[in-house]
Amino acid sequence: MIIRKLTILSAIVSLFTVSAATAGTLDTVKGQGFFNCGVSQGVPGFSNPDSDGNWSGIDVDVCRAVSAAIFGTPDNVKYVPLTAKERFTALQSGEIDVLSRNTTWTLSRDAQIGLEFAGVNFYDGQGFMVRSDSGITSAMELDGASVCTNLGTTTELNMADFFRANGMSYEPVVFEKADEVVNAYDEGRCDTYTTDKSGLAAQRTKLADPDAHVVLPETISKEPLGPVVREGDGDWADIVRWSLNAMIEAEEFGLDKGSASSTCATTGNPVVARLCGKEGGNGAALNLGDSWSYDIISQVGNYGDIYEANVGANTPVGLARAGSPNASYKNGGVLYAPPAR
Amino acid sequence: MQDKNLGLSSILFNRSVQGIFYQIVTLVLVILAVLYIVDNTASNMIARGLASGFHFLGVESGFDIGMTLIDYSPTSTYFDSFIVGLLNTLLVAGLGISIATIVGFTVGIARLSSNWLIAKLAESYIEILRNIPLLLQIFFWYFAVLRALPKPKQSLELADSFFLNNRGLFIPDPVFGEGGTLILYSFIAAILISIGIAIWSKQRQNKTGKTFPVFYSSIGLLISFIFLSMLATGFPVTFDYPELKGFNFKGGIKLIPELVALTFALSMYTASFIAEVVRAGIQAVSLGQTEAARSLGLNPNQILRLVIIPQALRVIVPPLTNQYLNLTKNSSLAAAIAYPDLVLVFAGTALMQTGQAIEIIGMVMGVYLFLSLMTSIIMNLFNRFMRVAER
Repeated sequence: MIIRKLTILSAIVSLFTVSAATAGTLDTVKGQGFFNCGVSQGVPGFSNPDSDGNWSGIDVDVCRAVSAAIFGTPDNVKYVPLTAKERFTALQSGEIDVLSRNTTWTLSRDAQIGLEFAGVNFYDGQGFMVRSDSGITSAMELDGASVCTNLGTTTELNMADFFRANGMSYEPVVFEKADEVVNAYDEGRCDTYTTDKSGLAAQRTKLADPDAHVVLPETISKEPLGPVVREGDGDWADIVRWSLNAMIEAEEFGLDKGSASSTCATTGNPVVARLCGKEGGNGAALNLGDSWSYDIISQVGNYGDIYEANVGANTPVGLARAGSPNASYKNGGVLYAPPAR
Repeated sequence: MQDKNLGLSSILFNRSVQGIFYQIVTLVLVILAVLYIVDNTASNMIARGLASGFHFLGVESGFDIGMTLIDYSPTSTYFDSFIVGLLNTLLVAGLGISIATIVGFTVGIARLSSNWLIAKLAESYIEILRNIPLLLQIFFWYFAVLRALPKPKQSLELADSFFLNNRGLFIPDPVFGEGGTLILYSFIAAILISIGIAIWSKQRQNKTGKTFPVFYSSIGLLISFIFLSMLATGFPVTFDYPELKGFNFKGGIKLIPELVALTFALSMYTASFIAEVVRAGIQAVSLGQTEAARSLGLNPNQILRLVIIPQALRVIVPPLTNQYLNLTKNSSLAAAIAYPDLVLVFAGTALMQTGQAIEIIGMVMGVYLFLSLMTSIIMNLFNRFMRVAER
């Protein structure tokens, strides 16, 4: 009897003395053989499941690149679909290790919510979509409109700023899930649907008659979208950051998915040789194998590959890259990666 | 020596002393566990760089809300957005409880009707509505309502002052001018006099057995007082009519389709449960009561009002309270169809913008707990008032 009570007591005492010793995310991920990547519930071109449950999209390819860097294969990822409202809590609580869900990089998110942004994989801006037969040609004509949008996004704040700055009134209609926003807009609940322009292009493919809608020319905000990790694990953040940077730099130096193996065999360019993992010791610095960046490029592709395959002009989303901020800095865009050395 | 031993062991083995000891130990352990959880949460939040505290309530919110019962703009604070969400939740819960009670009592009594068709209709209503998940019903009504209604420019209208379209129902807003307070006072006076008549008639009935038509005389008083005061002040009420301007109607009172769909779904769903509660309550009153009342010469209306319902209410009120609590808590499903309730506005937008999940979810849970406790206190008082006086 006494012994049993002592056991219980010691168990309780030990509960209080055990400190929460947290292992690094990389060790945990290597130990379990995969990592959890938070994605959307279905935004075509960014993160969207097909009928077999296979995920694809430019955001998904960031997760695949991280997987290739760590495991040498892009498929050791478990995708967790999240609403905009759930995403940060899921990351903070450790349910996911990387959040790659068209998330805008802002000061308050970076500094206040315990998040660390690892880079930008898509430069976007908020726009408005209206029915073609409404006759509206500019966002400045939207005074008094009902505006459908998503809960828990920068969009809500941007539209409040936009309408206030221009002295216009509006009626916000805010839904929790993207599909419900599209549905309500399609049913005529709102005069306009606002979100990031890439999102408008993607969601438009879900409307009953996509051709009966137009995206207005104004862009009312800056929306740099990128992968996010928990604050406080710099090593893990570095891996995600440089996986993305490697794809951008590979494109700049002409190393793409199709030709990676032949180029790497013959190259004399030291930058390319470093990306191929043949020199430089980048892998050791990141606690990864030397072939980490080669694995990304040969199995997932460079930035140009993933852009054209998912959101480029020849896809249903159809966002031309030339002339947009997502073009390489050499072609007038703002896409610029620090050197991987 | 022996005596001393006996004294110590009698204290040690005293049942009540043991009981107090174990209670103190349990209490200490509970307090330690709570302290541990609080400390653990706080240190983890600091380790992950999360902001904490309630300072954010005084910060400018920067977002807009579709339906507000108080003045609100993006320059208002997060605390104001909390109040807006709270009032919207209270509005839909209040409307839902009122409608569900009326519909539920009607259907519950109809189910006991001797008319086969009415009884079966009531039964099918109950069985269909209470067996379909509420969220599906909310979606059904929302999209059914949206799809059926016309665009603003083709609005259904009544007398150029009531308009219905897929942006909502627009009705004229009464504006009281000079002398409006006199109308209010006469309204209050009519109510006070009616209460006086009710008390006087009760006393007279106790003494002489004579009854007085309290209900009809009160209605008559109300109408004549309001009419006379309006006549005296020269009809100072004007109406602010809704007008089609640009995209939509402006002016008047606007009921958004989200509110209509949510109120409708919540009250129809809860009414099916209330109907069963009412049926059970009425059936719990034995048939002998009806027969005894009839033999005393009461008419059917009096039997229902004076004999059956007071006894049935004893059975009805506790489960009815449960249904009211369920309806209030179910109103948080509003987020699915964009009705700006507490969960959507405060635990949704405000939480996302500030990232302070623990504080905000704590506040929202506190509100629902408070509302539920208030509802059950009121219903318990009502139940005590309704109980049968044992003589």
